[in-house]
Amino acid sequence: MISVSMTVNGKAVSAKIDPRTLLVQFLRENLLLTGTHVGCDTSQCGACVVHVDGKAIKSCTTLAASCDGTSVVTIEGLAHDGVLHPMQEAFRENHGLQCGFCTPGMIMSAIDIVNRKGHDLDEHTIREELEGNICRCTGYHNIVKSVAAGAHAMAGSK
Amino acid sequence: MSATGIGAPVRRKEDFRFITGKGQYTDDINRPGQTHAAFLRSPHAHANIKKLDISGAQKAEGVIAVLTGDDLAKDGVGGLICGWMIHSKDGSPMKAGGHPALAQGKVRYVGDHVAVVIAETLAQARDAVEKIHVDYELLKPVIDMAHATDSGSPVIHDVAPDNQVYDWHLGDKGATEAAFAKAKHVTKLDIVNNRLIPNAMEPRAAIGDYDSGNDAFTLYTTSQNPHVARLVLSAFIGIAPEHKLRVIAPDVGGGFGSKIFIYAEETVCVWAAKKVGRPVKWTGDRTEAFLADAHGRDHITHAEMAMDDKGHILGLRVKTKANLGAYLSTFSSCVPTYLYAPLLSGQYNIPAIYVEVEGLYTNTAPVDAYRGAGRPEATFVIERMVEVAAREMGQDPAAFRRKNFIKSFPHQTPVIMAYDTGDYGASMDLALEMADYKNFGKRKRDSAKKGMLRGIGFSAYIEACGIAPSAAVGSLGAGVGLWESAEVRVNPVGTVEVLTGSHSHGQGHETTFAQLVSDRLGIGIDQVAIVHGDTDKVQFGMGTYGSRSGAVGMSAISKALDKVVAKAKKVAAYALEASEGDIEFKDGRFSVAGTDRSLAFGEVALQAYIAHKFSGQDLEPGLKEGAFYDPTNFTFPSGVHICELEIDPDTGVTTIERWTAVDDFGNIINPMIVEGQVHGGIAQGIGQALLEGAHYDANGQLVTASYMDYCMPRADDLPSFDIGITTTPCTTNPLGIKGCGEAGAIAAPPAVINAITDALGHENIAMPASPQAVWRAAQKSLHKLAAE
Repeated sequence: MISVSMTVNGKAVSAKIDPRTLLVQFLRENLLLTGTHVGCDTSQCGACVVHVDGKAIKSCTTLAASCDGTSVVTIEGLAHDGVLHPMQEAFRENHGLQCGFCTPGMIMSAIDIVNRKGHDLDEHTIREELEGNICRCTGYHNIVKSVAAGAHAMAGSK
Repeated sequence: MSATGIGAPVRRKEDFRFITGKGQYTDDINRPGQTHAAFLRSPHAHANIKKLDISGAQKAEGVIAVLTGDDLAKDGVGGLICGWMIHSKDGSPMKAGGHPALAQGKVRYVGDHVAVVIAETLAQARDAVEKIHVDYELLKPVIDMAHATDSGSPVIHDVAPDNQVYDWHLGDKGATEAAFAKAKHVTKLDIVNNRLIPNAMEPRAAIGDYDSGNDAFTLYTTSQNPHVARLVLSAFIGIAPEHKLRVIAPDVGGGFGSKIFIYAEETVCVWAAKKVGRPVKWTGDRTEAFLADAHGRDHITHAEMAMDDKGHILGLRVKTKANLGAYLSTFSSCVPTYLYAPLLSGQYNIPAIYVEVEGLYTNTAPVDAYRGAGRPEATFVIERMVEVAAREMGQDPAAFRRKNFIKSFPHQTPVIMAYDTGDYGASMDLALEMADYKNFGKRKRDSAKKGMLRGIGFSAYIEACGIAPSAAVGSLGAGVGLWESAEVRVNPVGTVEVLTGSHSHGQGHETTFAQLVSDRLGIGIDQVAIVHGDTDKVQFGMGTYGSRSGAVGMSAISKALDKVVAKAKKVAAYALEASEGDIEFKDGRFSVAGTDRSLAFGEVALQAYIAHKFSGQDLEPGLKEGAFYDPTNFTFPSGVHICELEIDPDTGVTTIERWTAVDDFGNIINPMIVEGQVHGGIAQGIGQALLEGAHYDANGQLVTASYMDYCMPRADDLPSFDIGITTTPCTTNPLGIKGCGEAGAIAAPPAVINAITDALGHENIAMPASPQAVWRAAQKSLHKLAAE
C-alpha cells in the first residue's frame, strides 16, 4: 500500500491505496464520486475524463499514484453554490445528452476544448476535438451545438 | 399548446442529475458487505470441457467461492430461455439447444461463461480467475453461416444436427411465382447485412443481494425491462418466485436492444448472492461487452423483384440466412422472422411476396434485437432493390418509388401487416425540396471538376412499432403479451406520481410522460414524478424496445388519466354540491357549468382524500387509477431519408455532405426529444454503413473486440442532420403516436449505400463501406470510365 494526497474538487484528500489503483477507481470507490464513468478502459471512449491540474485526462488509464500532489476536478466539482457551469447549462439547453453515461466526460472534455481553443468554435473544430469521446445516443448533432453554445457562454461568464 | 404540454420542446427533467454527475447507474450502487464477481470465459469457439480444476482459485487470496455449471445444476437452476417459438415450414418447432448460465461440459463461443470467482475485491477475483485450469478438447468451429448446414459440419447442439434452428417462410409462394412469370424485368441482388455489436456506453452490470431474514432476493441490473427479467428469472430459471424477487433497473446508460435480454451474468450474481450470503457485484468491461452482449443483424440474403414494363412492382421473393449465434438469446428467434419478413413490403404496393428464412447456429456470440431489430434488415433489402431496379430500368429513383407507393389506407400487405395510415408522397416531396434534389446534377458536376465522385441515395422506410397487440404476437409464437401498464397516483396536495412499466434509458420519459399528465390535468410538469424501473414499485410492465413507450406506454397512462378525471369529476360534484353531469374540467379546474363555482385540481384531490363531502355515499375515498393498454395494431412510422456524399477516389474516404430526414411519427409529444432520437438513430445507421462490423476469424476469435478494432462513429465521422416532419396521426391508439426510436437506424444504411453506388456508378458494395473497400470500387469505376 502507498499513500497519496491530492486536492479533489477543492478538498484535500489522502488515502493509503494499492499501487495499481487507477485514478478513476480512487475517485469512484474511495471518494464515492461516481459521476466519472468507465466506458471502455482503453482510453478510447472518454467517459472517464477529469481535469488534473487544469488539463483533461482519461482517468481510466491514469494511476492514482501518479496524481499525488495534483489538483483534480470532476463533474461533481463544476457547479458552485447550486449554479451550474455554463457548459453544463448548455448541454441541458441544447439536449446534448440522452442516457447521460458519456455526459460527464463530454462536459469535462468540452471545457478543456474551450480552454485550449477559445470561445468561438466552428463545427469542424468541435467535431475534431471530440474525437476522444464516444456517444452512442445523440449522433453528436446536439453535443456539437451544446459545446458551441457553452463556449460562448463561458466567455460571458468570465 | 401550454408551455409544458403536448407538442412543447420542454427541456428534460432528468438532465440535472446527469450533468452534475448524480446519475445512479448500476455500477454506482454499492451494497454493504458486497463481494465482486469475475467470470472465466472460454478462449475457444467450440470445445468440450474435459476437466475443470478450480482448486488453485479456491485457495487464492480473498476468494470466497468459485462456482461452476455443476453447482448450478445441483441447485436446480434452469438455463436461459428464448421466449418466442418459431415453427418451420413443416410445422416442427424450432430447435432450441440448452443454454446454461455457466457451461456444462461444453463451450460454444469465445466469451462463453465457464466459471465465476467471487472474491473480496475485483482485483482478487480477476487474479483468481487465472488460477482456474481447464482441460479443453478442441472441436472444429462453425463460423461462416453460409456453410453451417454443410454435410460434415461440426454439430453445435445435439438437438440441431445440421445447425439449423428453423426453416421458416411467410407469404404466398404460388402467387409470387405467378407474378414473376409475367414480369418484364427482374432485378436480382445478393445482400449482406453486416453483423454489429450494440455498444451502449454503459457496460452491463448486476448486483445480486439476498435477504435471509425474508428469504428474498434483490437484483440491480442494467435492464430495459426489469419485469420481464423478473418473470424469466422466476418462472423459467427458477431463482425465486416473483414475490420474493425484486428487480431494480436504475439509470441505464443506453440499451439499443442489448439490455432487453436475460443474460448469464445477472442470473449468476443473484443466485450466488444466496450461496455466499453476501451481495455479489459484477460490472462488465468493454471487451466482455464485445464478446458476450448479444450482437445484431448478420443476414445473408438473395432477393429478386419482378416489374412490369412500366416499372410497377409485381412481386418480391427473398431468401435469407440469419445467424443466431451459439445459443438462442431471449427474443432472437423472432427478429429475422416476424420482425423482418412482414416489413418487406416497405412503402410499396407489392401484390405478391414470398420470404424464406433459415435460422442458423454458429460458434459466435448470440445474435438478438439491436436498434430496429429485423426492420433495418428488411428496409435494407427493399430499399436496395427498388434503387437498383430503378437504375436498371432507367428511371429516376424518386419517381420509381413514388410510382409504387401505397396511396390509399388502410392497406393490407401480403405479409401480415395492415398499415393504418400514412402519406408517403408528402414525405418524399418535402425531402426532395429540403435536399435540393433538382440541383444535385450541378453539384455532381462541380464535384467531378475537383476530381471527386458525388452520389445521392434514397431510403423510403417503414417500420412496425408500438409492439404489439398481445393476441397477434401470441398467434405468431410470442410467450408473452405486449401490452403496457400504468398507475396514476394523485396525492392529497394534487401532485402526481405515474408508475409505468416502460423503462427510460435515454429516451426522456421523465419529461415526455410528465408532459402528457401536465396537458391532461392542467398541472405543471414539476408537479409530476415518473416512477419506473423497480418491480416493487410498479406492478408489472413489458419495458422499452421497439419504439413502444410512446404508442403503448403512454396510451396506458392516457387510459389511467381518463379514469382519474372521471373519478375526480364525481368528487368535484359532491364538493361543489352539483350534479356530476354539470361538472366540466378544463385547464386544471373543475367547474359547474354555467356558474362561477369551481375548484382547482389540487383542491379536488384534497377533497378525494379527506372524503368529508361524500362519506357514506357510493364513492370510495382516494384518487388513484390504473390501466393496462393492449394495442389493437402495430403503428407504422415512415419517412424518406436522402444521403448526399462525396468520395475521394484517391483515398476512398467517403464524406457525407448532406443528410435530409423527413419522418412521419404521427403526433409528437416533445419535438426536441424526437429530433434527438432521429439523430442518434441515423448515426447508428451510418455507423453500420460506413464503419462498424463485427469480424470473427476462421477459428472463431472476435478480432473486433475493442474500440481500437471496432470502429464506432465519432463526432468527426458524421455531419449535422436536416430534420423535417410530416404528420398523419396513428389511428389505432388514443394519442395518435407512432414512435420514433428506431427510425434513423432503419432508414440510414440503404440511403448511404445507395448514395455510394450512385457515386461509383456501379452496384453493390458491402457494408461497412470502409475507405479501403470504397477505394477498390472507385478504382474499378475509374478504369471502366477510362475504357468507355
